[in-house]
Amino acid sequence: MKKIWLIIKREYLTRVKKRSFVVMTFLGPILMASVWIVPLLLASRSEGTKIIEVLDETGLFFEEFKETNDTKFIYITDDLQTAKANLGKSEDFAILYIPLSSYTTPKAFYLYSYKKPGLSLKMYLQESANKILENKKLQDVYGIDEATLASVKSNISLVVEDIETSKKSYTEISWALGFAGGMLIYFFIFMYGSQVMRGVIEEKTSRIIEVIVSSVKPIQLMLGKIVGIAMVGLTQFLLWIVLTLGIVTAFTAVYSDQIDKYKTGEQPMATAPGQLFSSDVMGMPDTQQGLETLGSDENIGQLIDVFFSINYGVIIFTFLFFFVGGYLLYAALFAAIGSAVDNEADTQQFMLPVTIPLVFSIIIGLSFVLNNPDGSVAYWLSLIPLTSPIIMMIRVPFGVNIYTDLIPSMVLLVLGFLGTTWIAAKIYRTGILMYGKKVSYKELWKWITYRP
Amino acid sequence: MNLIQVDNVTKRFSGHTALEGVSVSVPEKSIFGLLGPNGAGKTTLIRIINMITAPDEGHILFAGRYIQPDDIDQIGYLPEERGLYKKMKVGEQSLYLAQLKGMSRHDAQKNLKEWFEKFDIGGWGNKKVEELSKGMQQKVQFIITVLHQPKLLIFDEPFSGFDPINVNLLKQEILRLRENGSTIIFSTHNMSSVEELCDNIALINRSRKILEGNVMEIRKKHRTETYEVEISGIEEKDLILPPTCHILEKEETAGHAVIKIQGFMNHKPNELLARIMQQADVHAFREILPTMNDVFIATVNAAEK
Repeated sequence: MKKIWLIIKREYLTRVKKRSFVVMTFLGPILMASVWIVPLLLASRSEGTKIIEVLDETGLFFEEFKETNDTKFIYITDDLQTAKANLGKSEDFAILYIPLSSYTTPKAFYLYSYKKPGLSLKMYLQESANKILENKKLQDVYGIDEATLASVKSNISLVVEDIETSKKSYTEISWALGFAGGMLIYFFIFMYGSQVMRGVIEEKTSRIIEVIVSSVKPIQLMLGKIVGIAMVGLTQFLLWIVLTLGIVTAFTAVYSDQIDKYKTGEQPMATAPGQLFSSDVMGMPDTQQGLETLGSDENIGQLIDVFFSINYGVIIFTFLFFFVGGYLLYAALFAAIGSAVDNEADTQQFMLPVTIPLVFSIIIGLSFVLNNPDGSVAYWLSLIPLTSPIIMMIRVPFGVNIYTDLIPSMVLLVLGFLGTTWIAAKIYRTGILMYGKKVSYKELWKWITYRP
Repeated sequence: MNLIQVDNVTKRFSGHTALEGVSVSVPEKSIFGLLGPNGAGKTTLIRIINMITAPDEGHILFAGRYIQPDDIDQIGYLPEERGLYKKMKVGEQSLYLAQLKGMSRHDAQKNLKEWFEKFDIGGWGNKKVEELSKGMQQKVQFIITVLHQPKLLIFDEPFSGFDPINVNLLKQEILRLRENGSTIIFSTHNMSSVEELCDNIALINRSRKILEGNVMEIRKKHRTETYEVEISGIEEKDLILPPTCHILEKEETAGHAVIKIQGFMNHKPNELLARIMQQADVHAFREILPTMNDVFIATVNAAEK
C-alpha cells in the first residue's frame, strides 16, 4: 500500500507541477467566465442605434412599432423608389415596406437595406408586425379595444410539482444540469483517460517500466497511475469552480449596474439556446439559469423555489460518484491500450471500441435522453456501466428513483470498473514488457485468458 | 550458503520455451556471471528472479527459503535496456525509485549524496534526465540500482555504453560492493570482464543450462594442455619434443625463444619441462588456460552438435 501511495504521489505531483497544468488551471476559468461575461458586456454595450424607415401604405402601423435601445423607427411617406434612392444618402439602416394588400391578405413585408439585418432584428420586426396586425384586427373586426386586450392578456408559467415530495421542479434547470453533468463527465473521461494512456506509453517507451516492475507489481503501478491522475483531474476541476466563481463574483460586483439593466431589459434572453448551452459547460448553471428562465418575473418567492427545487445533495453525490466511477472504468481500458502499443500512433486500432460507447452516450444522451429522461432507453443506458456515467448524470437532475434506478446503476458501475480493471491488469502486465510486436485482438485475448 | 537458488525452472511462452529445467546456485557474497548467446533465456531468468514473471515450473529460493514478494526490496536490478523518466529530475527520481524499493527518503538522501560524491556528479541532482548525455544517464542508473543497498544486485550488460575509464570505475565499484557483502549476478557477453570479476558462472544456451561452476575450475577443466616456455641456448628448430607434441606459436627475440606447445597427452608438465631442460636453459614455463571466451565458444558449439 505504501508503494501505491508513492506512485500516486509521483503521478500527481509531476502533473500538477507542469507548466501546462498551471496555465490550464488559470486559463480555464477565464475562458469559462468569459462565456458568461462576454454576452453581458456585449448586451450592455449598444452596437449603435439602427434606424428603420417604415414605409407603410396601409397606414395601420403608424407609430405602432415599439422602439428599443438599438432600434428606432421613423415613418416616411415617399414612394418606394424615392425612399430606396434616399436610403443610400442617409445614415438609416433599412426601409420596412408594408404593401397596401397587407391588411386583407397579409403575406410579406419587405425590408430593403444595404447590409443584411441580424436574425434578432428580423425576428423582432416580424413579431412586432404580427402582433400589431393581430391587435388591429381584434379591434376592427371584433371591436375589442386596447384596454380590454391588455386585461385579457395572461402570463402563465407552469409550475411542476411532485406529488410525493410536494416539491416544485423546473424542467429548464434540470435540463441545464443534466446537460452540464453529462458533458463534464464526457470531457473528464476523455481528457484524463488519455493522460493515463500517454503515461503508460511514456513508461514503456522510456523503458523505465522494467525498473519499476522490479520494485512494485504491475497492478500497483497501474492503479497508482489511475488514481494519481484522477486526483489531478479533481484538483483542476475544483480550482476551476473556485476560480470561475471568483471571477464571476468579482465581475458581478464591479459591473452590477449594467447587469441589472440587462436583466430588466425588454427582451429576456431566456430562450436563446446559445445562452443555455454556454453557461452549462461552465458547470455553474444553477443560479444564472434560474434567473434567466424565469426572465423578468419578479416573483422572489418563485426564485427561491427554483433554488430549492433541486436536490443538490443527491446531484452532487451522484455527480462525484459517476464522475469518478466512469473515469476509473475507462481509465483502466486506456491504460490497457497504452500497454499494448509501442507508441501513440499505434493506439488508433484499440481506441475505437473504447471511444464508441463514450461518443454514443453523449450523442444519445444530449439528443434523446435529455428529452425523455424517464424513457426505457434512458433507463437501460443508465444501467449499462459503459454508458451509465454520462446517461445517469443527464437523468439525475430530472429526478430518479433511488432504489430502482440509482442504486442498481451504481452497483453495476462498481462491478463494471472492477471488471475492466481486472481485464486491463491482465493485458497491462503482459503488454508493458512486450516490444516490437504489432498486437492484434487475438493476441490481447490470449493475454487476458493466460493463467500464470 | 546460496543467496539465490534456481530450482528446475521452466518457462514457456506461446510458441517457444524460454527456460527448460534450469537450476542455478548463486553463492552469497560472490559475483556470478550469467552467460549465454542472445536469446538463450538469460533475461527471462533474470525477470523470474526479480519476480517480474513467474516460472511455469520450479521455484526460486532466496536466502534458503521460497522467494517472497517483499524480497524484491532486497534486489537491485539494472536492465539491459536502460530507462528513466526523461522529464524528471535526477535527484527526485533517484529518491523515488529508492523509496519504491522500501528505503526511507531520509536514508536514500544520505546514500545518494555519498554516491554522487563517489562518481563526482554532485551538481546533477536538479538536472532533468533528458539534459544528460547517454553515459551520464548510465551512471545515474547504476547509482539508482545500488542506492537502496540491496543484498542482491543484478546487472544486465552493465558496461555497455561506458568509456574505458568509466568501465574501470564501475568494475572497482562492483568489486567493492562484493567486499561489502552484496551478491552480484552479472549477465554479459564481455568474457574478459567475466574472467576479471566473476567467481562463478552459468552458461545458458537454447533455454538450457549447459555449464556451471567456479571460473578457475571451469578453465582448468577445459584445459587444452597448452604450455608456454621461454628458452635460450638452443635454436628452436633443434629442439626435440615428445612425439605427440607440436608447436603452436613461436617468437624469437635477442636469443630468447617463446614457444607455445600443445598436445602432451595427459603427461605431467614436469615431464615436458624435464625434457626441455635437458636441451636448453628455461627462463619461464607456464600452462596456458583457455580464456572464458574459448570455453564459451567451445561449449556452445559442442552443445549445438
